[in-house]
Amino acid sequence: MVRTTATILKPILAAGALLALAAAPAVAQADSIIVQSTTSTQNSGLYDFILPQFQATTGIEARVVAVGTGQALTNAANCDGDVVVVHARPAEEEFVANGYGTERHDLMYNDFIIVGPSADPADVASAPDVATALSRIAEAEAPFASRADNSGTHMREMALWEATDADPVAASGTWYRETGSGMGATLNIAVGMDAYALTDRGTWISFENKGDLEILFQGDPALNNQYGVIPVNPEHCPNVRAEGAQAFTDWLLSDDGQAAIAAYRVQGEQLFFPNAQ
Amino acid sequence: MADRPGSSVIPFAPTPGAGGELPALALQGLVIERGGKRLLDGLTARLPRSGITAVMGPNGAGKSLALRAIMGLIPVNSGAVWMHPSVAGAVALVFQRPVLLRRSVRANLAHALKVFGVPRRERPQRLTELIRLGGLTNLADRPARALSGGEQQRVAMVRAFAAQPRLLLLDEPTASLDPQHTGAIEWLIRTAAEGGAKVILVTHDNGQAHRLADDVLFLHHGRALEHTSRSRFFDRPVSAEARAYLAGDLLL
Amino acid sequence: MDPFSSAFVAALELIASLDPNLLEVIGLSLRVSLTALALACLIGLPLGALLAVVRFPGRGAVVVLVSALMGLPPVVVGLVVYVTFSASGPLGPLQLLYTPTVMVVAQAILVTPIVAALARQVIADLNVEYDETLRSMGTSGRMTIATLVWDARYSLLTAALAGLGRALAEVGAVMIVGGNINHVTRMMTTAIALETSRGDLSMAMALGIILIALTIAINGAVMAVRNGMERRAYG
Repeated sequence: MVRTTATILKPILAAGALLALAAAPAVAQADSIIVQSTTSTQNSGLYDFILPQFQATTGIEARVVAVGTGQALTNAANCDGDVVVVHARPAEEEFVANGYGTERHDLMYNDFIIVGPSADPADVASAPDVATALSRIAEAEAPFASRADNSGTHMREMALWEATDADPVAASGTWYRETGSGMGATLNIAVGMDAYALTDRGTWISFENKGDLEILFQGDPALNNQYGVIPVNPEHCPNVRAEGAQAFTDWLLSDDGQAAIAAYRVQGEQLFFPNAQ
Repeated sequence: MADRPGSSVIPFAPTPGAGGELPALALQGLVIERGGKRLLDGLTARLPRSGITAVMGPNGAGKSLALRAIMGLIPVNSGAVWMHPSVAGAVALVFQRPVLLRRSVRANLAHALKVFGVPRRERPQRLTELIRLGGLTNLADRPARALSGGEQQRVAMVRAFAAQPRLLLLDEPTASLDPQHTGAIEWLIRTAAEGGAKVILVTHDNGQAHRLADDVLFLHHGRALEHTSRSRFFDRPVSAEARAYLAGDLLL
Repeated sequence: MDPFSSAFVAALELIASLDPNLLEVIGLSLRVSLTALALACLIGLPLGALLAVVRFPGRGAVVVLVSALMGLPPVVVGLVVYVTFSASGPLGPLQLLYTPTVMVVAQAILVTPIVAALARQVIADLNVEYDETLRSMGTSGRMTIATLVWDARYSLLTAALAGLGRALAEVGAVMIVGGNINHVTRMMTTAIALETSRGDLSMAMALGIILIALTIAINGAVMAVRNGMERRAYG
């Protein structure tokens, strides 16, 4: 069977050559950075609007991987990203404190809203604050779709439930539905089962499958949704493209970048409000 | 690839014959058992260096099995196969139902030349010779498996010739062919024998054995009952079984 | 307009407009999946042939394993490939994460068992017919495998098509290792997932219709070629 070994080896060598071919374009694109970010920002279309401007200014191509805030920070801590744009301040500060990121900057904000079926069976529309709104949903045992994916939105939702007497996770599987999915997927599920959901306004405005759902509660300062940008720390990740990451961060925080964010509109509505210091 | 020729048999060497001559092929007590039945039951034979040996006998006598055992295609339980050094390594077998590759006639023969280790630069000329020998010029580019049975058997014959065999084993090569194709195959068999190859021809066709054979090996129940010249076999068979077989009375 | 009609209209509009983004996404899908299929065939066909032809201890177990791996969950493969190619993983220094190359790797892992298992079956069936003839010719192991693979080529095309179908259809693995980066690693399936999460269901369905139409077209073309050539080779 000595000759058979050669039969096996040959394809493996050929396979290596094929892979090398497939790899070629990726290697050629050295002037690019990976942005670990959130589904809410990507689904809103913000990146498709501002990244071409960034590339035109700096020549750097920013490639966005959109996952939940938790996964984005984990991926970046694994050195699989050069910069993160996420929205969960405590987790971001921990990320920097652990030495994974250099420095956190406020970037922009919008707000969270509670959407739900227009009939509003839990009567959240008339609630004076968000804690009351959530308590009413729990009392009415009205369906509520939660991301339950450790994303920024999910972390905020958990923090908001903390301020109520309700224990939604204990009710998981009954009126409280943990989707384990991204923002859009969770909204699709909420539409399908006439459930309430907490979402960021940007995703909601650009979401095209609203069905019978509408905004029922908004405006509580506790619903402020602050986004931050953090370059990954080159001391933790030697392979990180620190210059590109810094250029990206600087541009986002610059007047140009902030103006680009402010200029993005869907159906005439501004989705993100720049607030770099 | 465990069943190479001779791998499962005990080596032995035949003693030289009266004139000091060694046989082309010697079988010593070949036994093949399957499911408790002795299909070859101590088959012993010495086949002369040249000419065409017809192997005859009723169905189930073990004729085809013996050819496969000689080829090493099936393991034997005991016994030995010996080949003269001049034929060992140049043995080819043609089956009753040829299996041709799913390619053109030309590609089938080219494949055989490659398998038999013919140097690449010699192949085109050899290929042309084989096609001509088989009378396949007009069929060379047809898909081999689209040919008639007789045409396919011609391809199988010249494919065996690609090995330049010194020992050619034929397992009822004309069993299901019409007279015209039978004639073509018989011509190829004679050509091989005249070219110096030792031919062992399993056949049920008395007329064919008459036309082609120099000597006849008669098998019955996995044993060699008679091995004699063609004329003696047909005119004065010794065993009662051979007489019954020639009379058409021995079917098993 | 109901969602199905609007999806069909959107699909037709997309195709008619030759939308460059659409072409890019289709192009990447084809490039990644076809490269993965080529890799899978390079490894899977000889592997299947070996399993069909060569007897060795433990062969039965390997055959069962390869068949079982046909059902590898894409998301698990994606995860394993992600961990392997992550910057903190063993192959991190190659810096291939979030590139088409690593998507090819993940899909090749998914497709190879399919090609190998189906090839083994096809070649084993053919070997039943060819075995005595090839052995009587003293054919070497390597030549036996080459002969069987070549003569089974039209049946093996079906195995390859099954593998391609799997590659073109899966989303779990390429989403994780590719990251669904616009203009870089966005394929048909990840674009469909994205449009779905954007709530743009008719765009998602339109892309789905195009993907299915593409798959049907590829299968149809290969089958037509196969039938024509097979008739010429087998008669």
